[in-house]
Amino acid sequence: MTEQLKEGNGGHTHQKEHKQKLKNWKEIPIGGKILEAGNSKEYKTGDWRTFRPIHIPEKCTNCMICWMICPDSCVNVGGVDDPNKGKKGVSDKPNLGNFGGFDLDYCKGCGICAEECPFKAIEMKEEKEFKD
Amino acid sequence: MANIRELALTNERLAPGHRLCPGCGLSIIARAVMRGTKDPIVVATATGCLEVSTTIYPYTAWNVPWIHNAFENAAATISGAEAAYKVLKKKGKINKEIKFLAFGGDGGTYDIGLQSLSGALERGHNFVYVCLDNEGYMNTGIQRSSSTPYGAWTNTSQVGKIHKGKEQFKKDLTAVVAAHHIPYVAQASSHNYMDLVRKAEKAFAVKGPAFINVLSPCVPGWKYPMQLTQKLAKMAVDTCFWPLFEVENDKWILNYDPGDNKKPIIEWLKMQKRFRHLMKPENTHIVEQLQKNVDFRWENLKKLCGKG
Amino acid sequence: MTGAECTAEAMKQINPDVVAAYPITPQTNIMHSFSQFVADGIVDTDLVTVESEHSAMSACVGASASGARAMTATSANGLALMWEIVYIAASTRLPIVMNVVNRALSAPINIHCDHSDSMGCRDTGWIQIYSENGEEAYENTIMGVRIGEHKDVLLPVMVCQDGFITSHSVETVELLNDEIVKSFVGEHTGHYPLLDVDKPVTYGPLDLFDYYFEHKRQQVLAMENAKRVIREIFDEFGQITGKHYDFFEGYKLEDAEKVIVCANSSAGTIRVVVDELREKGEKVGLLKMRVFRPWLNDMIVEKLGKIKAVAVLDRSDSFGAFGGPLFSEIRSSFHEVKEKPNIIDYIYGLGGRELDIIQIKKVFNELEQVKNGNVGDRVRYLGVRE
Repeated sequence: MTEQLKEGNGGHTHQKEHKQKLKNWKEIPIGGKILEAGNSKEYKTGDWRTFRPIHIPEKCTNCMICWMICPDSCVNVGGVDDPNKGKKGVSDKPNLGNFGGFDLDYCKGCGICAEECPFKAIEMKEEKEFKD
Repeated sequence: MANIRELALTNERLAPGHRLCPGCGLSIIARAVMRGTKDPIVVATATGCLEVSTTIYPYTAWNVPWIHNAFENAAATISGAEAAYKVLKKKGKINKEIKFLAFGGDGGTYDIGLQSLSGALERGHNFVYVCLDNEGYMNTGIQRSSSTPYGAWTNTSQVGKIHKGKEQFKKDLTAVVAAHHIPYVAQASSHNYMDLVRKAEKAFAVKGPAFINVLSPCVPGWKYPMQLTQKLAKMAVDTCFWPLFEVENDKWILNYDPGDNKKPIIEWLKMQKRFRHLMKPENTHIVEQLQKNVDFRWENLKKLCGKG
Repeated sequence: MTGAECTAEAMKQINPDVVAAYPITPQTNIMHSFSQFVADGIVDTDLVTVESEHSAMSACVGASASGARAMTATSANGLALMWEIVYIAASTRLPIVMNVVNRALSAPINIHCDHSDSMGCRDTGWIQIYSENGEEAYENTIMGVRIGEHKDVLLPVMVCQDGFITSHSVETVELLNDEIVKSFVGEHTGHYPLLDVDKPVTYGPLDLFDYYFEHKRQQVLAMENAKRVIREIFDEFGQITGKHYDFFEGYKLEDAEKVIVCANSSAGTIRVVVDELREKGEKVGLLKMRVFRPWLNDMIVEKLGKIKAVAVLDRSDSFGAFGGPLFSEIRSSFHEVKEKPNIIDYIYGLGGRELDIIQIKKVFNELEQVKNGNVGDRVRYLGVRE
């Protein structure tokens, strides 16, 4: 079976590779409710992308501005320790976010991260340069 | 207030996989606003881009309880949820501290939802309303709203031989809301995200209604390259077209004054193709009119903030 | 007590979590009384005095989706204004109970009774229960809560009573005591409520061609289930009160040859005429409709199948259609039935035009011709100056 998925808001449908049978009216919750929070993650928007963000670790300071301003919540976060960890009043758990890579399953390639990075630690490259 | 790296370890309340346009300002703002409280939140969203793009059945991008009712009633809907919470808490059926948040676009807030918003503000429900102002009915295909700037092209304020785009100035909704004398009103911009998070924190913390109006650049509606969303927002602030300020218990506070670096409005206009026709010599008078209006409102705001 | 006070009394005993309402004549008296209960702390309700009926229903949707028991009341133009959200409440499967004090829709503006408001809502997906008098409005409101909230139903319920005729006239009423009502309606628990923040639910998504139709199909089942549930609730209520209600209630139908069908307060007046004519030996009867949605097709056939002539009284018109809404339903119910009465329709009482005994006698009189096979005009107008 193939699932028909919408592209954009207008509801234009096209066949997608990932397969899921459309359920019948007895199999879905009543009233249009969606009970699986955040299940949009099953819908990969990464194939909208024509430019891909490339991280340049030497320039990155882990300021996390790219994470803050990503419209698609697709800058991954790694947790690291505060340099002051162990001092009074500072938790011993990781308490600072660190750049953890781009989630290319969802990145639409808008390039805001590259545009706004104060350290020019992100570059946008054409998607066709990549073969994966 | 937490810094960005601390915020980065908080839970993501808007999941990826939503279908907003690449470079959309709405989700940048929504993500930042929802980091304004650590308490659980219930969110209502008016019909519009944010609503349709985040909840295309059977998918939802929301990791928080969320309701869309209709276009004009996000404020009334959240009123009902907040009233339910008050009673159920009083009855001991709920013991958590829960916050209430409504999102509406400029269509759903400046226009069709204004009455519903005004009513909810007057009744004093404990909620935060965030207007995501992208200056037009973008979800229905770019039509003018009362928030669309003077001179802007839209599909219902076309540029032709006689008419040259929208012929009315933008409604000053933030001042309209401030006239309700609620505890907290603010204007914010996506490019100044820490200011936005700070304002959201204040809004969630006050008892009673709070309102934040956030300018949200729209790639297809304003017509600019998608990576420039934050630049567009910043320029709107630097030209004083969209000043950043707060009204806290009726006290007006200016958050940012570019002073001598205040840029002319044309700098913002020329970044957007919706104003392309204003670059022609025969339309300079329209730009001048808009500049006059921006200056007038800016001086007026400074006076209100005691900086006049 | 007036009908409005009866309704307020029912609401007091139900003690809903949230009531959101906006003033409109003749509904206002319900909220005047209820506001006093709130002011005196007799109820726990949060009364949200919204700025329009549109917001009244919107707030009810927000409250009900949050897991609260939510109620409202309105009339005519108020109902028309909330129209959009009336549909949304049903489609979102929120068991809101709304009292509709029937009043004519504008224009020209008129504050008096007809059924154009609630009849216009017949396809919204709400259960509709009609009330002959204040006592029935009281009872239907209490039963309405149970019907709507039943797990197999989860639909909003509209309880209708006639504006002014019922809402403002004083009658002696038999009420239940508070404890009985409290235990009858029980505790409310929401269906995946928003306030269960540990299980975040999305309400009101964009639902396009893949699933919208499936969600509508579910509503059909809910209405189907409501047929069973309504009867169960009527029976349970009957055991408490000794009063046995049904979807359609006949009066002197057994050997009747000429029957009038109506809803709401007109039944009282017609019953008087039936008694008077019966004394003269005329085989006349009355069928009162209590439940309009869901419509019990088989029951109407069973009740009227052996009658020779039936006059349906419609207190609203469906312009351009063949007769009023009640007539259309009844006539359609008999489509496949071989043995059936001759049915005619009278549009009457629009804008509060009084239905008097003379008019009702005229109807029975004209039914004599219909009974004899001389049907004439199927759709007629009663009480209008020709």
